[in-house]
Amino acid sequence: MEIFYSLLPELIRMVVCAICGAVIVFGNALVMGYAERKLAGHIMFRPGPMEVGPHGIYQLVVDGLKLMGKQLVIPKNADKPLFMLAPLLAFGPVFVPLLVIPFSDKIQGFDHDIGLLVILALASINLLAILTGGWASNNKYSLFGAFRAVSQNVAYEIPMLLSLLSIVFMTNTFSLKGVVAAQSPVWFIIIQPLAFLIYLVALVAETNRAPFDLPEAESELTAGFHTEYSGMSFSLFVLGEYANMFIVCSVATVFFLGGSSGIPLPYFEYSGVIWFLLKVYALMFFLVWIRWTYPRTRFDQLMNFCWKYLIPFSLVNLLITVVMVKLL
Amino acid sequence: MKSYFSELFTGAWSLILGLKVTIKALFSPIVTYQYPREKIEVTPNYRGHIDLVKFADTGTHKCISCGSCMRDCPSDCIVVEGEKREGVKGKVLTIFTLDFTKCSLCGACVEVCPTKALDYSNEYELAGFAREDFHYDLLKRVEERE
Repeated sequence: MEIFYSLLPELIRMVVCAICGAVIVFGNALVMGYAERKLAGHIMFRPGPMEVGPHGIYQLVVDGLKLMGKQLVIPKNADKPLFMLAPLLAFGPVFVPLLVIPFSDKIQGFDHDIGLLVILALASINLLAILTGGWASNNKYSLFGAFRAVSQNVAYEIPMLLSLLSIVFMTNTFSLKGVVAAQSPVWFIIIQPLAFLIYLVALVAETNRAPFDLPEAESELTAGFHTEYSGMSFSLFVLGEYANMFIVCSVATVFFLGGSSGIPLPYFEYSGVIWFLLKVYALMFFLVWIRWTYPRTRFDQLMNFCWKYLIPFSLVNLLITVVMVKLL
Repeated sequence: MKSYFSELFTGAWSLILGLKVTIKALFSPIVTYQYPREKIEVTPNYRGHIDLVKFADTGTHKCISCGSCMRDCPSDCIVVEGEKREGVKGKVLTIFTLDFTKCSLCGACVEVCPTKALDYSNEYELAGFAREDFHYDLLKRVEERE
């Protein structure tokens, strides 16, 4: 009992963190789903969802209910256990990275000294889910989508990691809080603009979004890896995708945009979260914006861009950073 | 090596130009109509099904029940009947129906009408649940029109 009481505050903290994580994942999917469709509409000179509620704000709720009510169809020749596992694999791991993200000085699940590695390791599981789903569907479109996802993600993880690594060399820590603390006078976007650009391009590819949405290229692969998924199993993929967007944008905010730093507000240890979310959603807006601007790249263009431009540039950037850190 | 960098810069510049196009579009007014609630004005040249014209001077149609349109109709979709009445000069129109399911919108009836009593309507919301929904009573329509 003694141990229980000594652990109680920590347990409560864990429960609160888990609930907040769930709220972020679902709330973010609702907000982004609505914003995506609304922005897509206005970019195309049309109003977007308008029917359900004022300006269609309940559209995503209704869509969610519809998806919950739909039948989960499992193809006859599919690998049933893997087919069922894939959406869970896409959706489950997205909660954990949220725990180490410092939303403000005091709002953070727990500050781990390998926080960045936790995020990167768990973000890669999403790729495994795509591969599992594509393989288990036993469908040529799904399989091609999965193959593309793997080659694309493996390629783009390199510049992504290298650009983050150049920051890590400067701050000498993997802890996200430490990285935020290191950029108190100047944000790293000013010191490392090239790394930021590389990370930005790589994160679009990592989240499989247009113009790099080849794993689900509608015009070529019907719906890519989630062709055979219906109802909730499909929406788990979508939830996972939006949560991953949130996570990679949070990492970009922490590493390049100064985390929760900004114009001081009252109770800044907590209210810094406003700045943090503002920066994250500005990046998310940028992702939506480019999605409705650029056409999808061809696969060889995608690969050439990564191997011929991003990786050499990030290596050079890393090298310069290392030399500068050593000299200064 | 030279083309490597020039391609990179021209590519990046074109990407920025593209973003400029869409951000302008994002903040410009929408051009679509919310159809069931908002309706566009149909141009006067629109050729819908035929309708009897209501003339302002008499307050009614000018059909003399001659039956030219009925005889001229290649699809045989117009029925016109009139009768003689006491004290009224000429025939009085009693039935004028159009079977729009058969009409080919050729406009022969409008061309042939000696009193210019027929014209095309601007009706474009043409959906119904039964074939009989498209058997129009044009006489009733002209009386109901204000």
